[in-house]
Amino acid sequence: MRPFKYTEGKDETSAVRAVVVNRESKFLAGGTNLIDLMKEYVERPNELVDVSQLPLAQIKNTSNGISIGALAKNGATANHPLVRQNYPLLSMAILAGASGQLRNMATNGGNLMQRTRCQYFYDIAMPCNKREPGTGCGALEGINRIHAIFGWSDKCVATYPGDMANALYALDAVVRVKGANGQERTIPIQDFHRLPGNEPQKDNNLEHGELIIGIDLPKNNFANKSYYLKVRDRASYAFALVSVAAALETDGSNIRQARVVLGSVAHKPWRSGEAEKALVGKPATDATFNAAAEAALKEAKPLAHNGYKVELGKRAIVLALQRAMNGGAE
Amino acid sequence: MPKYIGKEMSRVDGVAKVTGKAKYAAEFKVPNLAYGFIVTSTIAKGAIKSLDTTEARRAPGVIDILTHENYPKPAPPASTELKPEINANVRDKSFRALASNQIFFNMQPIALVLAETFEQARYAARLVKATYTPEKQLTEIAGSLDKALVPNPERAAKPRGNPAETFKSAPVKIEAEYTIPIEHHNPMEPHGAIAFWEGEKLTIFDKTQGVYVVRRHLATSFNIPEVNVSVVSPFVGGAFGSSLRPNYYPALTAMAARVIKRPVKVVYTRTQMYTGHGYRSDTWQKISLGAERNGKLTALIHDSRNNSSTFEDWLENTTNYTRTIYACPNAHTSQQLVRTDLSTPAPVRAPGAVSGMFALECAMDELAYELKIDPLELRLINFTDVNPDTGKPYSSKALRECYRMGAEKFGWKDRKFEPRSMRDGRLLVGWGMATGVWGAFQQAASVRIALKSDGSAHVASATADIGPGTYTVMTLIAAEYLGLPAERVKFELGDTKFPRAPVQGGSFTTASVGSAIYESAQNIRRKLLEMANKDAASPFKEAKIEDVEMTDGKLQVKNDPSRFVNISELMRRNNLEELVDVHEAKPSPEREKYATGAHGAQFVEVKIDPDTRVVRVTRAIEVTACGRIMNPKTSHSQEIGGVVWGIGMALQEATEIDHRYGRIMNPNLQHYHVPVNADVLNVETIFVEEDDRIVNPLGIKGMGELSMVGIPAAIANAVFHATGKRVRNLPITPDKLL
Repeated sequence: MRPFKYTEGKDETSAVRAVVVNRESKFLAGGTNLIDLMKEYVERPNELVDVSQLPLAQIKNTSNGISIGALAKNGATANHPLVRQNYPLLSMAILAGASGQLRNMATNGGNLMQRTRCQYFYDIAMPCNKREPGTGCGALEGINRIHAIFGWSDKCVATYPGDMANALYALDAVVRVKGANGQERTIPIQDFHRLPGNEPQKDNNLEHGELIIGIDLPKNNFANKSYYLKVRDRASYAFALVSVAAALETDGSNIRQARVVLGSVAHKPWRSGEAEKALVGKPATDATFNAAAEAALKEAKPLAHNGYKVELGKRAIVLALQRAMNGGAE
Repeated sequence: MPKYIGKEMSRVDGVAKVTGKAKYAAEFKVPNLAYGFIVTSTIAKGAIKSLDTTEARRAPGVIDILTHENYPKPAPPASTELKPEINANVRDKSFRALASNQIFFNMQPIALVLAETFEQARYAARLVKATYTPEKQLTEIAGSLDKALVPNPERAAKPRGNPAETFKSAPVKIEAEYTIPIEHHNPMEPHGAIAFWEGEKLTIFDKTQGVYVVRRHLATSFNIPEVNVSVVSPFVGGAFGSSLRPNYYPALTAMAARVIKRPVKVVYTRTQMYTGHGYRSDTWQKISLGAERNGKLTALIHDSRNNSSTFEDWLENTTNYTRTIYACPNAHTSQQLVRTDLSTPAPVRAPGAVSGMFALECAMDELAYELKIDPLELRLINFTDVNPDTGKPYSSKALRECYRMGAEKFGWKDRKFEPRSMRDGRLLVGWGMATGVWGAFQQAASVRIALKSDGSAHVASATADIGPGTYTVMTLIAAEYLGLPAERVKFELGDTKFPRAPVQGGSFTTASVGSAIYESAQNIRRKLLEMANKDAASPFKEAKIEDVEMTDGKLQVKNDPSRFVNISELMRRNNLEELVDVHEAKPSPEREKYATGAHGAQFVEVKIDPDTRVVRVTRAIEVTACGRIMNPKTSHSQEIGGVVWGIGMALQEATEIDHRYGRIMNPNLQHYHVPVNADVLNVETIFVEEDDRIVNPLGIKGMGELSMVGIPAAIANAVFHATGKRVRNLPITPDKLL
């Protein structure tokens, strides 16, 4: 681990300024991903600005939904009554991830910032454009069973590994950010993460020094018909092979609104407009769900070892939609 | 009636372990300690062209950096058959760090950074820069099976009967290939050592399964007498075979301490463990079974290939039990290795047996389906009471009872034969079974008993306790035969100051060291009897050693509690503060007249999501016949642990190598999966006790390795039953079932 300076963030403004003036500094919140990566010499900041004590942990009602503090812990968020009652999909997604201990340390803002679990990213002896631009992508023609089937480039085939964000994409979340200039700005969640393109070192569209301060969720009618399905190699404490955040709003037997977001298939949570289009206005039947699943995976471009994700993704979408229709029952 | 044997005893070291008082190797406090951090190679084969340590040496706290360029050279090789650049020592071919600029595997140690703190050493290690002259490496056996060789042709097994011909003409045949990837031990405790020198005397705190192995390795490494080396290893946080052979870090640590003249601590990172202590080899196996239509096996052929390193020949003993587990007149087994540019494999829990029985027991299931005979029935049809190779009868073999009891507990009779025929709601249900087998080994082992006049005893042997409960079982056996309360017996292990014992491996510790304690207690009893009989008033006149026992602090005539002497009083009368016996127990020649072994039957239920194909092991019943159970509590714990290992091997575990670089890509517990609590549902372990005094005087057979032997096959067979899909390549992950 590179030696670093520890700076206590006293308030949002000074914390942001501390990071803005030092290109090699980073915010520290729960630290559950950043510290691991520093030990592996993957992340090498020379300064950590600790924001964990800032008063940004509230979860509260707003005029149009709820607002979740960036520093609320994942565990507290998943178990908060407002989240459980109105956004059970978010609760399910968070609880599908990590372990109890990690969820009690990890923050919501940090969860959005977590980095890929690509093995080549983790090993500094291996090529990785995300870690070290210009060195190549080790996974493109290497071991890529857990990698992307959508939106990858020849520079990077890594996936966004998390669970929470998949639900946030389905729930039209808006991320509130304290800008480098001291002004607040909002980023619709679908514009938060980015595809790798030619700059895979950039996971998201935050500027250096911008601080996530909260996540807003608008009201919706999905609470009774949503489901988070996570398929993984073991029953707990594993990242998804494929996950699906599914939410439906029905009008009698017809689907009025739908959300289908696939996780662990791309550099960002993969909201499938094609699947949603195939669902809206159609009867909520297995035939409709199957058509949506086919539509969602139609454009998939698997790599050498992850072809299974195409079939698994289809099956997971159908299963998640069926369970969403059943009010979450298996 | 035994007071302790066969009764549940909680771990005598349990409180020390959960309160942190038990000291593991890297936890000892040694003044003036320096910290070492290992730098590893980034190529798999070739040579180091340059090593630049300039920047690293300038980093804060750095004391010194050892590389092949400044590493004190070992003595020249005494034999030309060994590569001197790896190891100049003839007796011990294990890999030594920093011996030359040659690279034999990826993540090979190339430097050791020594600093005042661990953090300083770790940071400076990142600043060491190496360049290489790489060569093309080979790191898998797939595609290179034709390069396989037999290292010791003279020791290769000969066919029994005429297997090739019989197989060709058999009315029913199965021929199938099975592969198992490299798997790692992944004990909780990372390997580490603290070493310091006092003149020519070396002391090392080390994580090991055998302190005497480390002593010999270090004595030969430094060309000093063995008595100059003290190895201390009182607690081990799991090892599973990874600390049986000499690993490279103890000699490296000791050398560093010698060079900088300070105590040095070196601990592997989790990642460094993946190339620092061996692994279960990359294995390909082919099983050919020929049978009559009634299910009788007529031919059994088992070919096995595994990877080794380029500098040591390691054969995975996969075929060890193939020739003896079923009655089959014609059998042949062969083992070959492929030399690869990886570190040398090592024993991993149930080495060879679990790999071989995975292949054989899956093949037996395939044969059962070909014959349309119930898989359990097929095993019974081919049951043998004698070793088919030698014709010797088993000293005991309660396997039939294991099958019967397991089937009954499991409800096997309700199994529907056809694959995909059982459901639980939408879930596919599969029931599978397999046979487990392991040896009933005993090795020479020594113990020292000091019986004290205050009514306590100190018992010591240089064995290890890597987790099975050795402290507890030895305390229990000593208390039983010295007639003392267990709280008055202190048992110590893991130190070369104690009498020699074998490594803790092969599931032979309790049989070996337990026998030594039993026999030594008998010697103590004899000495006490002689002492008592010196007294004219002795109540034991005419009594033979077999007629008396030690119980409740008394030496007394069996079945006549009125004739006794108080042992403490007897010792005080003779001015004895302690009565010492040092004894070595050896396997009895009687064993040679018999075949010996431990056996078990495993029944497993899986439930599989028909869409996602995620497999859950919902029920496992393991029935084991391994002699007499000393401590049911720790014994059941061993068996449950074995089932959990089997679940991991069947469904999750695989070390992944990018063969373009010859580099392990998942050397951490994030990417390498082992079962978590949520993967382990109902596990029931049952013992069928055998009273077998031929194997050893206490009737003990090993169980730690046996416990996992049949599990991977039973799970794979259950997966077939649930889905109709036969997966012959472990692990069975969801993608393989889609």
